[in-house]
Amino acid sequence: MTSRLSIISMLLALGCAMLAGCVRPPMDSVQHGFRGTGMVEVYNPRHLETQDALNTVPPAPPPPSPDGPRASASYQNVQVLGDLSVAQFVGLMTYITAWVSPKEGCAYCHNVQNFAEDSKYTKIVARKMIEMTRHINGNWKNHVTETGVTCYTCHRGNPVPTNVWFTPLEQDKRADFIGDLAGQNTPAPLANMSSLPTDALTPFLLEDKPIRVNGPTPLPSGNRHSIKQAEWTYSLMTHMATSLGVNCTYCHNTRSFQSWESSPPQRVTAYHGIRMARDVNNEYMVPLTEVFPIERKGPAGDVLKVNCATCHQGAYKPLYGYPMLKDYPELASVIAADKK
Amino acid sequence: MADYQNLFTAVQVTGPLHDGIAQHKPALSRSGRPFLQHLAGRLGNAQIGPIYLGVLGTWSLIFGTIAFNIMGMNMLASVNWDPVQFIRQLFWLSLDPPAPGNGLKFAPLNQGGWWQIAGLFLTISILLWWANVYRRARALQMGTHIAWAFAAAIWLFLVLGLFRPVLMGSWGEAVPFGIFPHLDWTAAFSLRYGNLFYNPFHALSIAFLYGSVLLFAMHGGTILAVGRYGGEREIEQIIDRGTATERAALFWRWTMGFNATMESIHRWAWWFAVLCPLTGGIGILLTGTAVDNWYLWAVKHDFAPPYPHVWGDIVDPATLQGAKP
Repeated sequence: MTSRLSIISMLLALGCAMLAGCVRPPMDSVQHGFRGTGMVEVYNPRHLETQDALNTVPPAPPPPSPDGPRASASYQNVQVLGDLSVAQFVGLMTYITAWVSPKEGCAYCHNVQNFAEDSKYTKIVARKMIEMTRHINGNWKNHVTETGVTCYTCHRGNPVPTNVWFTPLEQDKRADFIGDLAGQNTPAPLANMSSLPTDALTPFLLEDKPIRVNGPTPLPSGNRHSIKQAEWTYSLMTHMATSLGVNCTYCHNTRSFQSWESSPPQRVTAYHGIRMARDVNNEYMVPLTEVFPIERKGPAGDVLKVNCATCHQGAYKPLYGYPMLKDYPELASVIAADKK
Repeated sequence: MADYQNLFTAVQVTGPLHDGIAQHKPALSRSGRPFLQHLAGRLGNAQIGPIYLGVLGTWSLIFGTIAFNIMGMNMLASVNWDPVQFIRQLFWLSLDPPAPGNGLKFAPLNQGGWWQIAGLFLTISILLWWANVYRRARALQMGTHIAWAFAAAIWLFLVLGLFRPVLMGSWGEAVPFGIFPHLDWTAAFSLRYGNLFYNPFHALSIAFLYGSVLLFAMHGGTILAVGRYGGEREIEQIIDRGTATERAALFWRWTMGFNATMESIHRWAWWFAVLCPLTGGIGILLTGTAVDNWYLWAVKHDFAPPYPHVWGDIVDPATLQGAKP
């Protein structure tokens, strides 16, 4: 009898140990496609509670007057926000301080003896980032729509956004005789700790490598994409899903990942999001490489870059879709801002 | 009375140790003095040994050990020979086949060459073990059913690692040696070739897999249930139907109107088990060689049903003018 009890208790303990990595039920599931097709989003309500708190938006200030003299006429060395009124300009500087460097204050970017001076690298970066924000709001409406982005979308009170990435160092293969990881086969934070490729961002969000691996015909017709390539795409897609806190079915009908006809419209938004991240990395981040000091760069000396998580931070829409841009029209696109 | 209705064998009957039947050649190959092991007796027969390795088995073990060590050493080297990381990351680590661009050529050692060597040695080891299994069955004047069932599994193994990569012209199509990585490969394989669930041979393979499980549960349950009437002596009851057999047969006629016999149930089980890798292997072999996209293939042959486009007409943005590439 005691042996039977001990066996049962051992089995129970083993069962508990095997479940240790699991998340407790119940989950909420929301159908968002045709019935019976498994087009369902699964949400953990307890996770959503913590997520919700992280995605609160600071209260919008009363809009500053757009009238009066232009900032470019009143201040020196105003290169990108000169089209604003003085009240708007000063207002925006205060919001940026609250969003980006609430602890460090104005001095994070400015020499407080001479605000016009460009002596701090952070000011050069901030200027580029303002250009970028306006560029996104003006030219990437197919991804950000009228919701738009502000500095807060990524920064959330941090001088450096929490979710940025660097190209990792190549594996040290020593004599290159044995032990090649092939860029994968180790827990990859990017791909939700799977053994998929560890850096699927460099080829897709910096370079422009083909993401699609499926062929257009039932029978072979020259599609030479390999299974290994599919793993790189899989890794990128895992990054997208975890960044947005969604399943594959948010954008794909998984019976055919390639079919656009049966995909939810979110996939179109995501398509543009990939191009937007690539554009931001190449046009705004990479040119800043020499501006950043070495301690802000990656192990390979590359500049920090954006991915889906930089803005989304676990939410299917950043800040759960709160249209923050309408409270800060200063960051909306102006033609002059797109001079890059 | 002995009670067999337990997870483990509750009553162990042990007799004098024995070496088995007399052999034509009392070979060196039958090695080890048999001994009794109580815990083994809980699961099966308490007598351990003698084991018959022979020439084939010995060479199989040698080749298998080399392959195993090549894989293990590559994994260990990939974590800079750190034993702690080797254990922690063991499920993630892998020995990968060469990159697709390498084609069917010999690859440099650290770019898939080790994989090729390990794969060759593993294949030799498995084929030698198959021959060992076959010859031991003949030596006991048994049928060779076990060897042919094993051959069915070897067929799937060879399709995955040899036949299909050769037909595709690239070792890069083959499966990596690693716990999670081979699962990633499986998922990526299905993703690349347009969803393997639309591959009818995959469907057959699943049917035989689940069928095997069902048959195993039905058969195991039936025999345990008539264990109190000596039903576990199946072989004797094939020629001399006892009350256990009659009750078991009647049970299934009552519940499903039809019953297998003491011998036919084993034929069912054998064929279901063997057909699982046979059909699966055919499905894998056709993928990429004869069919590139199983979903589109299923649409073409009207067995992927169309569903209403509840989101309206979604168009691939890459096909629209002015879209950024």
